[in-house]
Amino acid sequence: MALYSIFDIAGSALTAQSVRLNTVASNLANANDVSSDAKSVYRARQPVFKAQLQGALWSENASRVGVRVDRIQESNAPAGQRYEPGNPLADKDGYVYTSNVNVIEQMADMISASRSYQNNVNVLTTAQKLLRNTLQLGK
Amino acid sequence: MALSINRAFGIFPEVLRLEGMRAQTLASNIANADTPGYKARDIDFRQALDAADGKAGGMRLQRTDPAHMEPAGIASQPSLLYQVPSQPSLDGNTVDLQHNQAEFAQTALQYEAALTFLNGRIRTLRLAIKGQ
Repeated sequence: MALYSIFDIAGSALTAQSVRLNTVASNLANANDVSSDAKSVYRARQPVFKAQLQGALWSENASRVGVRVDRIQESNAPAGQRYEPGNPLADKDGYVYTSNVNVIEQMADMISASRSYQNNVNVLTTAQKLLRNTLQLGK
Repeated sequence: MALSINRAFGIFPEVLRLEGMRAQTLASNIANADTPGYKARDIDFRQALDAADGKAGGMRLQRTDPAHMEPAGIASQPSLLYQVPSQPSLDGNTVDLQHNQAEFAQTALQYEAALTFLNGRIRTLRLAIKGQ
């Protein structure tokens, strides 16, 4: 029954989108991190999604494609640099290095992730309603 | 009229099966709306239903002996096609979210319509059995 697999498909999307929301939360929490060298400072993380075939290729389930988080990628945007000689973390020239998190980008990503999450919840609700009506067939 | 019980429900069980498959396909598209490189898919419902009904496009078994029986319910596989993207995206994803949501809503409605018709058939049969 194809409708049952919608729970798997939309469920996998919910998981993936909540991982995305989690990384946004981590990035925002660490947006103001500083460090004494550019290599060890926090870098923005982003999940990379990948489609995942959940059924055999030449069967009724060929269209059953969920989504999974393939990997978490660190942004390679350059870290910021700030002249703060009073900071205990400053290097010998008086600079501290700040994380490369772009807060505006992260907020936009958060909105996109939560909208996608809602879309998939709607799909789940509809599939559930259809299945419930099917169960009551002939009553 | 000879009422064969497996024909009593008409095309509607097949409609339910195909609408379920279509809903699954559209749900996959919506789930992968943010996946880079994912190509949105869909099935041609009319062609799939015609094939299931044994009309044009459907494959039939050849009967070389009169004793061969007509396979009543060979479940035909509708072919998965690709949606034509309305606007290109940089990451290669072709899912048009609005279009897919609208189609999903329509599929859900058609599924419920088929259920309603099926319920009518069942009520008719029940009436015929009881005779009152």
